[in-house]
Amino acid sequence: MVENRPLSRYIAHMILILGVLIIFLPIWLAFVASTHSADRLVNEQMPFWLGSHLLENYSAVLDEGMKKAGGVPVRIMMVNSLIMALAIAIGKIFISFLSAFAIVYFRFPFRRTIFWMIFVTLMLPVEVRILPTFEIVANLGMLNSYGGLIIPLIASATATFLFRQFFLTVPDELLEAARMDGAGPMRFLKDILLPLSRTSIAALFVIQFIYGWNQFLWPLLVTSDQSLYTIVMGIRSMITVGDSEPAWHLIMATSILAMLPPVVVVMVMQRQFIKGLVETEK
Amino acid sequence: MSEKRVTFSKSGIAWLLVAPQLIITLLFFIWPASQALYQSLWQEDAFGINREFVGFDNFLKLFADPSYQHSFVVTIVFSAAVAGISMGFALLLACKTDKLMRGNQTYKTFLLWPYAIAPAVAGALWWFMFNPTIGLLAYAARGLGYDWNHFLNGEDALILVIIASAWKQISYNFLFFLAGLQSIPKSLIEAAAIDGASSNKRFWTIIFPLLSPTTFFLIVVNCVYAFFDTFAVIHSTTRGGPSQATQTLIYKVYKDGVEGNDWSGAGAQSVVLMIIVCLLTIIQFRFIERRVHY
Repeated sequence: MVENRPLSRYIAHMILILGVLIIFLPIWLAFVASTHSADRLVNEQMPFWLGSHLLENYSAVLDEGMKKAGGVPVRIMMVNSLIMALAIAIGKIFISFLSAFAIVYFRFPFRRTIFWMIFVTLMLPVEVRILPTFEIVANLGMLNSYGGLIIPLIASATATFLFRQFFLTVPDELLEAARMDGAGPMRFLKDILLPLSRTSIAALFVIQFIYGWNQFLWPLLVTSDQSLYTIVMGIRSMITVGDSEPAWHLIMATSILAMLPPVVVVMVMQRQFIKGLVETEK
Repeated sequence: MSEKRVTFSKSGIAWLLVAPQLIITLLFFIWPASQALYQSLWQEDAFGINREFVGFDNFLKLFADPSYQHSFVVTIVFSAAVAGISMGFALLLACKTDKLMRGNQTYKTFLLWPYAIAPAVAGALWWFMFNPTIGLLAYAARGLGYDWNHFLNGEDALILVIIASAWKQISYNFLFFLAGLQSIPKSLIEAAAIDGASSNKRFWTIIFPLLSPTTFFLIVVNCVYAFFDTFAVIHSTTRGGPSQATQTLIYKVYKDGVEGNDWSGAGAQSVVLMIIVCLLTIIQFRFIERRVHY
């Protein structure tokens, strides 16, 4: 048995508590700043405890946004982010599920070529191919539209691989039995494979929702129309307004609002998320 | 590539099923990537009217450009620092969490938060804490006799983006280290303890070597993260400045291509980045193959 001295356990707890505090410090200070008035933040020492302007600040950004930064209400940005994140997560899961099904359960010409083509996309993050992809989206007339925001980000090698991996572990007997009972491919997909994949789908949903919500560069390039701004890119325009000291209380309120939905999703679906993350990437 | 023994025979349906992903992949991945490759071999004039084939000239020019070389150095320092800090901190926390039977779920829940937070938001949070006039950390630095100013001092700015980027990546590294630690057979560690190995010795001679596949995997992932995903951290804070001190390779592509309109130069830069990702991905997959026999 490994020795288990109380002292070493205390030290472990101390280190972990310290670690959690370090990790939470920026989040806590952002929340504190979002509850104070602009004057309080600029004129006195940075407070550690909450102020009394919470409702005022949050309703200001939600309804009016920040005037100097164009005044797009954060409410609208959050709706855009939500549309984008949900469409990307659901879209990715949908098309990856279908293509993995085709690759695993059918024999057809160029199957391997297609598999490798999807594989190669792993190596092409948005950031690397921004310029040519932007050109194509512009040529297709998809700038400043939800389609332009969503569709180019929807193909996912990761999700296809995860589903493929999972389908390969599904016993062949299930397919044989289904065929014996006269089920076609779509029937098998819908009645057997889909219910079996519930856990993988949940895990992928969390990961892809966060991916979609946190997109930054792509919305920045594709949208110039303010009504399509997402919240994550909206923060940037608030930070860089002219020479004046930024309105930190509003920026931090927006930051807190920007992290809320993905944090809630991760917390609520923690178990599926951890399992999915560790398994997808291995 | 492993195969199914039993399959369906109608290949028409298969094409329909694979079509959406295939079309998007071709249109938004393969085609733009090949465009970038193609463009990088041509030189276009400022108005985009004439162009001539210049072969590898764009690349030669690129590597001879001092500001590109500078970006390369910045990127390497930046990535090494982000990976090192984030992984070191995560490993420490993962070891301590693994050690505790009770309470480790609570710590885990708290340590997950930064994963959910967007890089751009992470940048904003640290930008605020380090703000020279009102930021808490800048105040603390002044208390220690250091005059922090990331608007003027390039090193300060680089440290800022490194910390913000490393912070955001801690959750990810933590989860993988924890999974790695939990898969190490307890009997090995007990055997060593019975033989009288101290906990420090056990860590360096048993746990750390057995964790090396995870560590190696994370080094690759963290490099990819530091190379590409941190664009948002930099763009929402220092914007590459002051005087290019935080201009990483990916930021330079954006700056030259989108803000400077130099498409062929930026195209060549994109190609260099693609080659880097390809290399990293190949390293990662080769290593996974090897690990099967580990």
